[in-house]
Amino acid sequence: MNLLREAWQVVWRDRGGRAGALVLAALILIASIAPRFLPDWRVMPDLGRVSLQPPGPGHWLGTDRDNRDVLSRVVRGARVSLAVAAGAVALSVTVGALIGMLAGYAGGWVDSLLMRLVDSAMAVPRLFLLLIMVAIMERIPLPVLIVVLGATGWFGTSRLVRAEVQRLRTLDFVRAAEALGANRRRIALRHLLPNVAGPLAASTTLAVGDVILLEAGLSFLGLGVQPPTPSWGGMILEAQPYLATAPWTSLAPGIAVVLTVLSVNLVGEALHQGYTTSSA
Amino acid sequence: MTALLEVTGLRVSFPGARGAVYPVDGVSFSLARGETLALVGESGSGKTLSGLALLRLVPAPGRIDPGSSILLEGRDLLSLTPEPLRQVRGRKIAMVFQDPMSSLNPVLTVGAQITEAIQAHLAVSNREARGRAEGLLGEVGIADPGRRLRSYPHQLSGGMRQRVMIAIALSAEPELLIADEPTSALDVTVQAQILEVLDRLRAARGMAVLLITHDLGIVAGRADRVAVMYAGRIVEQAETGQLFSAPAHPYTRGLFASMPRLTGPRRRPMPIPGTVPSPAAWPTGCRFRPRCPQAMERCIDEPPERVVTPGHVSRCWLE
Repeated sequence: MNLLREAWQVVWRDRGGRAGALVLAALILIASIAPRFLPDWRVMPDLGRVSLQPPGPGHWLGTDRDNRDVLSRVVRGARVSLAVAAGAVALSVTVGALIGMLAGYAGGWVDSLLMRLVDSAMAVPRLFLLLIMVAIMERIPLPVLIVVLGATGWFGTSRLVRAEVQRLRTLDFVRAAEALGANRRRIALRHLLPNVAGPLAASTTLAVGDVILLEAGLSFLGLGVQPPTPSWGGMILEAQPYLATAPWTSLAPGIAVVLTVLSVNLVGEALHQGYTTSSA
Repeated sequence: MTALLEVTGLRVSFPGARGAVYPVDGVSFSLARGETLALVGESGSGKTLSGLALLRLVPAPGRIDPGSSILLEGRDLLSLTPEPLRQVRGRKIAMVFQDPMSSLNPVLTVGAQITEAIQAHLAVSNREARGRAEGLLGEVGIADPGRRLRSYPHQLSGGMRQRVMIAIALSAEPELLIADEPTSALDVTVQAQILEVLDRLRAARGMAVLLITHDLGIVAGRADRVAVMYAGRIVEQAETGQLFSAPAHPYTRGLFASMPRLTGPRRRPMPIPGTVPSPAAWPTGCRFRPRCPQAMERCIDEPPERVVTPGHVSRCWLE
């Protein structure tokens, strides 16, 4: 609980972090309650009338090719994007922290083996790995997409945690805990992990931004979230032909992506700055 | 009194560029229950490493030489598997480190760290562990212990942190406390308080103490016996009174001469010239030879352990 409160204070002290946190909070709020007040994103309420209506009173952000309300779909897409990002990052951070802790604390051949595996995995670009995995399965349900994104995202985290653990484990308080008869699991979870929490929080937040972009990218390529489930990447893909004639159809989801990733990165950067300068 | 701890021929090796070096090289001593032994020497003499070796915490790549023997209540510590070894650490032998600033985990409260040490060895409920932690903080002289349990290390002064370290070390009621320069990192006024706390708790609990220090000044009136270490070996060992009234080894005399004194005839402190050589460059024969004002031809040969008076041993050719 204290770690959370401290992280919050770190973010709030930083001007960019504060702005990012506010925008994200607003976004999450909108994504969770706004769909009730907006037109249904699935049906085509104004069928028969002209599609690709420009922004106006009935449709604040206009309508798309199928005459669906763009605002509704952007908001609905926020749910999907944020859920995918949260799930994937939770997975990758857990795996990365565990592997990094194991490698850093056990050392020896365990460390060598794990880190060579990570080296090899990192030598292949992540998008390429994703494309291979996605190509193997022809249809990708949302949970699988989350697992795939999570499974390819933990390499950097594991390296970060390993480096921190290697630094920490030579410190006096770890030796003191050993001298008092604390077992290895206890030292790893109770003494090392909380001390890694700061840098881990920063890298986690930045990873959320990465995953949102990746998911948008995959969906844009038609490989991520499958229609009719709205996703920002998928919306941009569908809107592509009308970039000149109906720019709102692509601008709305585009701005949503940029705004979200920017906010997430501002928060991540604030955490990073806070923990690297004020870690006493 | 039966021996609580019996150390024989303790050697610690580190791999070096030209073969292994031995920063601790054949150290033998014993400790009775309730006894305080001071291990005295300059930095680099191997005293801290000897203390760590008793807990088998020699930092990698160092190793305890197979020929060494450490018996605790007759049990060989060097042959213990991890779990029995863990049960010795903290429960039988506990250690207080030199620097209380870095020996406490910065992200855990004082209370969490004491209760953890208690529950590592004693099967007590969280509530009871917390009660005990509060009692321990009171015992080491911390005011308002209930509130201090919720403090983080950075909210405490150096002296308070060292008190907390002592409380943690005592939490599982060890038979032997290794205090490695427990006051070196503290202000002079606080040093005396910490030593007083250690004395009081040792007397109250009847625990043995291995006091590692470079300061002969804190040994008098506190330790029952003194072992003087130089270059990985114990060069002189005696009861404290004997050692202070009749130091036999030139190194011990040098240590006394280098101390400023307030009583007796006025004289300048006389430092021992030079420093302890590194373990890779220890001379043959008597290792103090290059710095010794009384070095003789025969010091090229290993000096024998000479019994000065019963219980007083010196490793020197001088009669």
